[in-house]
Amino acid sequence: MREARPRIAVITFPGSLDDRDMCWALGSLGAESIPVWHAEEELPDVGAVVLPGGFSYGDYLRCGAIARFSPVMKAVERFAADGGAVLGTCNGFQILCEAGLLPGILRPNRSLRFICRDTTIRVERADTPFTSRCKPGYLLRLPIKHGEGAWFADPELLAEVEANDQVVFRYTDNPNGAIADVAGVCNREGNVMGLMPHPEHAVDPLLGSGDGALILASLVEAAGVRLGVPA
Amino acid sequence: MKATVLVRPKAGILDPQGNAVLTGLGHLGFNGVRTAHVGRLVELELDETDPAKARALIAAMCDQLIANPLIESYEIELEGDA
Repeated sequence: MREARPRIAVITFPGSLDDRDMCWALGSLGAESIPVWHAEEELPDVGAVVLPGGFSYGDYLRCGAIARFSPVMKAVERFAADGGAVLGTCNGFQILCEAGLLPGILRPNRSLRFICRDTTIRVERADTPFTSRCKPGYLLRLPIKHGEGAWFADPELLAEVEANDQVVFRYTDNPNGAIADVAGVCNREGNVMGLMPHPEHAVDPLLGSGDGALILASLVEAAGVRLGVPA
Repeated sequence: MKATVLVRPKAGILDPQGNAVLTGLGHLGFNGVRTAHVGRLVELELDETDPAKARALIAAMCDQLIANPLIESYEIELEGDA
């Protein structure tokens, strides 16, 4: 009999495209990935939730603006309010911002170009469910692939975010014009986080970098703790 | 009742689309354009016939979906109501 593994839900919206890679990456790190269709109104019994990258609803209106009204998002909000770890990558980050679960918004890249290349981000906080395998100051090499990845907050909101230590990752070579070099932010409680780079595309040296495994393995561990299943 | 919503990037916010249009105009020889900003136009047709109620309804729509108040402002125009 196979031992129980930490279960993590990976949401598929119409237009998601990194959901399978995310399932595979989490699986390779010891989790049992459970694909969840956006029309579901309840989440299965999981220890963490991931909103993957893609172009949900064709990015119409604003990226993530329509996906936030998917039925499953109510369940994701309840899960987050209950302290569950919720990770959004790329389009998932955009959805979490539009849903108000994370501060700020993602705007078109300063260059107006779609950027697809590796970037380096610095870990600012290691006391989150997404960075427990890191230390502050760690430099992670992760790919980005987005046209609208410039995180924005007005001066008041930025001051609040900085005062609460909500910036989890910063670019060392800001590729997209993000305010304060922000690559990833969390909510005030620290259990919801979004980042533009793709950890799921960097979990094995064969893929060019294994650094994303530090983020996803942290999440697998957090999911295991919540479920009482050792990772 | 027909309504038009104009969504604009808020003043002072980096507007890469507007900048691209400005640069493109310069390349075409349209010099003397100082600024260009690109927004969005949304046309709505409502069952509501009372202008005040329609405005309140559309404002709620804008706050929840049509605009993101962090980066965009909006203006509501109702047909036949100045």
